[in-house]
Formats: sequence, C-alpha cells, structure tokens
Amino acid sequence: MSNAPSPGPIAPTPLDYAGSTVPRDGLLLQVRNLRTYFPIRRGVLSRTVGYVKAVDDVSLDIAPGKTLGLVGESGCGKTTVGRTILRLIPATAGTVLYRGRDVFATRGEEMRRLRQHMQIIFQDPVGSLNPRMTVGNIIGEPIQVHGIAKGSQRDDLVASLLSRVGLDPSYALRYPHEFSGGQRQRIGIARALALNPDFIVCDEPVSALDVSIQSQILNLLADLQNERKIAYLFIAHNLAVVEHFSHDVAVMYLGHIVERASARDLYANPKHPYTVSLLSAVPEPDPRPRRMRIVLKGEVPSPANPPTGCPFHPRCPLARQAAKEANAADTVEITSAGERFRILARCQQQMPPLEQKQAEAGHVAACWVAK
Amino acid sequence: MAQPLLEVRNLNVGFDMPRGQIRPVRDVSFSIFPGQTFALVGESGCGKSVTALSILRLIPSPPGRILSGEVLLDGHDLVRLPEKQMRSVRGKDIAMIFQEPMTSLNPVFTIGDQIVEAVLLHQKVPSRQAWEIAEQSLRDVGIADPARRLHEYPHQMSGGMRQRVMIAMALSCQPRLLIADEPTTALDVTIQAQILELLRRLQRQRNMAILLITHDLGVVAENADVVAVMYASRVVEMAPVEELFDHPLHPYTQGLLNSVPRLGARGQRLAAIPGAVPNPARFPAGCKFHPRCEHTRKLATTADPAQTLLVDASGEKRSVMARCTDRPLQPSSVPPRPGTTSGEPDLRQVRPNHWASCHFVEGYEQAPATVPRLDHRRQVVAAAVEEFNLLGTAPEVLP
Repeated sequence: MSNAPSPGPIAPTPLDYAGSTVPRDGLLLQVRNLRTYFPIRRGVLSRTVGYVKAVDDVSLDIAPGKTLGLVGESGCGKTTVGRTILRLIPATAGTVLYRGRDVFATRGEEMRRLRQHMQIIFQDPVGSLNPRMTVGNIIGEPIQVHGIAKGSQRDDLVASLLSRVGLDPSYALRYPHEFSGGQRQRIGIARALALNPDFIVCDEPVSALDVSIQSQILNLLADLQNERKIAYLFIAHNLAVVEHFSHDVAVMYLGHIVERASARDLYANPKHPYTVSLLSAVPEPDPRPRRMRIVLKGEVPSPANPPTGCPFHPRCPLARQAAKEANAADTVEITSAGERFRILARCQQQMPPLEQKQAEAGHVAACWVAK
Repeated sequence: MAQPLLEVRNLNVGFDMPRGQIRPVRDVSFSIFPGQTFALVGESGCGKSVTALSILRLIPSPPGRILSGEVLLDGHDLVRLPEKQMRSVRGKDIAMIFQEPMTSLNPVFTIGDQIVEAVLLHQKVPSRQAWEIAEQSLRDVGIADPARRLHEYPHQMSGGMRQRVMIAMALSCQPRLLIADEPTTALDVTIQAQILELLRRLQRQRNMAILLITHDLGVVAENADVVAVMYASRVVEMAPVEELFDHPLHPYTQGLLNSVPRLGARGQRLAAIPGAVPNPARFPAGCKFHPRCEHTRKLATTADPAQTLLVDASGEKRSVMARCTDRPLQPSSVPPRPGTTSGEPDLRQVRPNHWASCHFVEGYEQAPATVPRLDHRRQVVAAAVEEFNLLGTAPEVLP
C-alpha cells in the first residue's frame, strides 16, 4: 500500500466549541501516516514471508479535552492504533506528536515523564488487574513509581481517586476478585487517572459490561473529561455508544481509515458505503424500525491477504450498483461470498484517497463512487 | 384460540451449592406459539440461560435440578419424560444454538460429520441421503459451495460462518422450536445483521418458533413478537413487543430502556440504573430490584415516613417504600405465590396483554395474577435491502 496517495497534513476538524473552555489552538495529539505491520513467519528458519498490515497509513488528530471515536469491526486494527500510539506496540512507520513532541523519538527519562500524560483503560476489567495486588497497590503503584507521592500521602491520593470513581475508599485493602465487572472497570479508571493524564486510550471500556452498568461508566468518563479536560481516543464497535460519546469519529476498515468527520456530520450524513452499512446494521431499540437495513454480503477479508484497490470492494454495494450504470469497459467481474458480479474496475485496481466529500471541512471519506 | 407449542408453568430451578441452595429460576411461566419469536431479556445472572437449558433438561445435575414446574411440549411434560425419550426431543423437536459457536462445534470432526451425526440420530435415512440433507442445510443458511465446506473443520471458518454452521446443524432435523441463546453477541454488527436476517427467513419458511435469549434490546425490538424481561431469576414484565417498548411498566424495564445508547441521541447524558445486578446467592429481600429502584426512592421522598424504610444499596443508605422490602406494612390482599418471598411482588396482569410485578404500577393491587399467555405477532418486520442509492445514503423509509 506504499504507493497509496498520502492523505497529507489534515486541518483540525472545526468543532462546535461553543461554551467550552478548551483552547482551540494546538492539538494534543497528531498521528501521521501511522503503519503497524506484524511479520508472518513460516518454516524452520522463521523467515518472514509477508506482513499483516494491521494499521496502514492512519492519520488522526485529537484536540485537548475532546473525544475521538474510533470504530470498526473486529480485526480492523482499531486496538492496534491505540496501542501503537502509546508505544505498547512498536510502530513500523509514521509519527505521533504529543503537544508537538515526537513520541516515537523520545527516550529514557523523558519517555517515562511522557507516559504520565498518556494512559489506557482496557476492555477486560478482569484480565487487566493483577489478582495478587490490593486495589490500593494497583492504583498506588504508578503514583509511587513516578515519584508523585509516598506513604500516607499516596494512600490519601488513592482514597480520593477511589471516591472519585464512585467506590468506597475502604476498598483499597481488597483484591480485584471481590468486585463486580462494573466496579473493576472503575478501578481500572482510577488507575488510569492516578497520574493525572491529559490523554487516555479507552479500548472498548464498556463492551464487557451489562447494559445497566455501561451507562454508569460512560457517564463517569464524561464527567471526568469535563472536570479534568482529558482527551480520549475512544475505541469501540458499538456505533451508538461512540456517537453518544465522541466529538470526532474515524471509521476503520482493514487497517485503513475509510471515513473521518465530526460525530454530528458523520452520523447525519455518512458518505462511505461501509459507514452507511455499518450504521444501518445497528439494531434500534424500537419495534417499528424506520430505517431500511443494508445487509452486507460476505465477511471482512483477512488482513494478511487484503483485497487490491479499495479494501472494501468485494463487499461494496455501491461499487456493484455503480457498475450497472457504467460502460462495460470500466467494470470487472469479481467473485465474492460465492457470487459472481461486476463492479467498477477502479475500485478493484486503485486505492481511493481520503478526500473531502462534504461541505463541512474535515469530513473526508475514501471512496471512488460516493459523492 | 391456538394451542401453544411450548408452555412453561411455574418453573423453579435450584442449584445446591456448598453454602446452601441458590435459585436461579423462580416461578417462571410463559408460552410460545408456532412461528412466534419469544424473547427472554435480561442482564448476566438473571436466569435466562438457565431457563433455556432447563427446557431441554441440560442443566448440570448435580448441582442443578428442577425443583418444581412443568415444561409442556404439545401438552406433554418434558420434566417427567424418561431421559431416553428426552434425547429424541433434543435436536428433533427443540434445537439450540449458543453464543460461542467455536465451543459448541467439535474441533476434530469435519462439520459434515457433525451435521450427518445429528441427521442419522433423528431421521431414518441412509447415510448417502444424510449427506445430501447436510449439504442442503448448509445451502439453506447461505453458505457458498456447501459440498466443499462439508469437508472442512470448524477452525477453518470465521465466527459468522461457524454460527451459520451451528444454525444449519440445529435446523437439519426441522425442529419446531429453536432456542437461540445470545446467537449474535459474539459477532460483529454487519454479521449480526446477516444472521438475524437468516433466522427471520428460515422462521417464515418453516413456521418455526424461536426462543430468543439476549441482553440486547435492539435485537429484541427488531425480532421479537412477545418479550419477557427477567431480573434476579424471575420474569418481572411480559407483553407484546410494541406494548413493552411503548409502555414499559416495571421500573427495571424503564431503566434498561433509558440506559441504552441510541443512534441520533448525541450529547445527552445517559440514564443509568445505580448499583449492580445482584448475585443469586445474595438476593435482597422483598422485591429484588428495590435497592436499585428509582421509583420506590422517589415515592419514599414524599411518602409518610412510617411507610418507608432505610435500606443498604450497594454501600449507600437510601430510603425506599417499606412495601418493596420484606417488611411490608400493609400485607398484600393476595397471598404470595410459590417462588416469591414475603413482600416480593408477583407477576400480575395490570393491563390487557401486559403483565408486571411491581407494587407501584397503577392498578397492581387489584390486578389478577393470571398465567401470561400471548399469541401475538409483531406488526412491523425490519426491512432489509441490498440496494443503495447512489448518493451514498440509505433510503429513509417509513412503514
């Protein structure tokens, strides 16, 4: 995908900042042309025979105190984006600027200081807490490691963090297994808050929780953002949750961003056929659904062997429909999900660039057909 | 009036644990009619899966056992059926699909072997014909190139494909009732839409009844005919799908509906139900929802203090109506039914075709505690299209 047109520097998405105290100048995080490839090794010598391009040329902006929602289906690379930004996974190429500083070029003591500002909340509230540590130590450890407080001062800080996330301060002496899923997620949030970060990657923070608990956690995250001006990269597959929570939204498919816009614009006026299909597939809690549903055929292809051209072309209803109105010379026959049909040749041959599709600046989509 | 295909009457299930018996299903009654989709909704630990497994008598025993109640299939009680006959019911009359298709398929046999095994067990057909039936059942669930796929192993397939195989296997013997336990929870939303569309189509073709078990109110709203909401091992509300979403009566159902994030509701604060789902070993006394219930709390703020009680709600003291606890000040005129505890409201018909169990639903005290039975079919079926208008937006259609 190296010959794909680069999206180039992107203008910060103009958002409705009315009534907000967030400074408009200066982005907190700028991700440019990020690539994360995992080698596929085969044979006795473990020779690299190819790459899984989990993240392929992703560019994002996150404003201070705002939320960027990152959505897509399993295997689209959204989790890898979050982890690569935090350097939990090494990047193959690209840059991440935190307040203008190159995160990937930062070393040693400076990197350790940088990590204070960038935290993560995980999906699995069970697996992400050490079962042999008390809640107090889980939350207190980063405070101690970073030399913020020790002894009783540390304990006071832990107690205030616990009560802030809605837990009793006496819980500091207990172990994670004594808590329910929702409470464990609160502990994970308290740990992420311990160093007073201004950026948190929330990796599916509510998908493992019951419906009645999900909204408690989402409200808590929203309150914390308002109080502390924390920016979130909110990774989720539930589009209704993302709409509710995000200022900007980026949609990923097979390692690529296929559409990016303000949340209002993306949901009101989706441009990429994948976004449209994804939105139409969300079941509405209404027994008289008003929307027609586009049922996509086939499944997400393997990222180890992605389709040529536009990665969505084998499932794309738009490429197929456009072919019916195009000259036969501009179309090709393909086989997908057990069917043979014609699509626009361009979709199969060339990767579409992320380009503006909408009057609003910053609404970009990667599609040859969508207007 | 049509006869129900399956009728569950006052089902009570107990699990004998070292620290005493827990009761994951208490006094559950409902009926499912041919061709109907009956949804059992609730959060983890509410007893919906145990109810489903009890219908097929598949709960692990010990520790589990059916304490009382009847499960009538065409009027014959499955609870009292000898195990040998029960085995011919499973798969033949009632089939089941599970949330995680990988763990329900045997990894060391091809999917063809597994489907053919089910076919040969229930149908008197020669092996060659069984393979033909298996191939046809894969074709019915929309799997391309079924003859080749029969010889593949489960690990060679994606999650959505494995769920299709599970459905093919479950439907290979033409069951009249399909129990689908969270059939799409592990799947991505575009694949979920495919599977639900497939189930709707197969249901129409075969007039098959579906017991749909899920926590997703969106899936319920778009697929169910009748809905039963479970909380803390009991059915707390039951109604036709339109009625339930238009007029939710139980405070738990209301809280659940309010807390679902909806498309198009940007920036509003989500309503939340405080506290957490109770552990079946430590159910609160009286109405099982009272420590989390906003309704009783609101009533208590304006009620005569003699009518209220201070209770412990997830570490916090809150005032609730005494009626909702196990210390009711005015005992109900109707004696509690089996399965309920003192002060716990039972399921009563509070409106036409609408049952709820809450002391403070209008008309509850006078309402009769009838057995819920609803032969209802939904009015609007979700429309699926493959077409796409060239502007790139989905067509807006109002039914």
